[in-house]
Amino acid sequence: MTEETTLVDFISYVGAISLILLGIFAMVTFRHLIRIIFGLMLLEAGVNLFLITIGYRGGAVAPILVNGELPTAAMVDPIPQALVLTAIVIGVGVQALALALVIKTYKAYGTLDTQILAQKIAEETGTKLIDGIPTPISDTGTGLEESLSTKP
Amino acid sequence: MLVWVVLISVVVMLVAAVAVLFLKDFLAVTAAASVVSLALSVLFVALQAPDVALAEAAVGAGVSSVIFALTLRRVGLWKLETKKDK
Repeated sequence: MTEETTLVDFISYVGAISLILLGIFAMVTFRHLIRIIFGLMLLEAGVNLFLITIGYRGGAVAPILVNGELPTAAMVDPIPQALVLTAIVIGVGVQALALALVIKTYKAYGTLDTQILAQKIAEETGTKLIDGIPTPISDTGTGLEESLSTKP
Repeated sequence: MLVWVVLISVVVMLVAAVAVLFLKDFLAVTAAASVVSLALSVLFVALQAPDVALAEAAVGAGVSSVIFALTLRRVGLWKLETKKDK
């Protein structure tokens, strides 16, 4: 019985950490905004599974009162379950907000590729593409590179 | 018995998560994300958290898919392509 419960714990932890790693990989690597939001969704699912697995005890029952009295067997930890129940709903709210911003971005710029978006925003606002620092208005070059070059 | 339920649902969940990342069609990606949520809710039942499983199945697989579908239609990626379009 204990071997079985440790195996359940192990498989569940492997699934949770794999989901978290896949979500981080998607959010870091991909350039399409909707794919980044899908990565965020996988990351949230992995974290929820991780918290539920922390609260799990082998051979325990669900933390629910039956006919108003405590069950005789041990119960799993209800605190992570309450936390995750809130986190699921908040996660869907975050997704809805992010997708609304995606729609606004698409209507403003006509693309969802983050690098093309960065180029368009840099051209529109007159900032440098790399760091977002505004380029100087006059052509005397008050930039950082001139002060660095004249320093020695 | 419980080990097999957990193992099968974890495998289904991870395969669907990889499919979410690497499929081209966004219709298929939304369906795969829904499969991830459903497998996750089965896993929550196996881990003795039935209320969380209920919320995950209703919100994660239902509302989330609808939100993604509406967004993809607004953005113009929700198209049922036939062979001649490609």
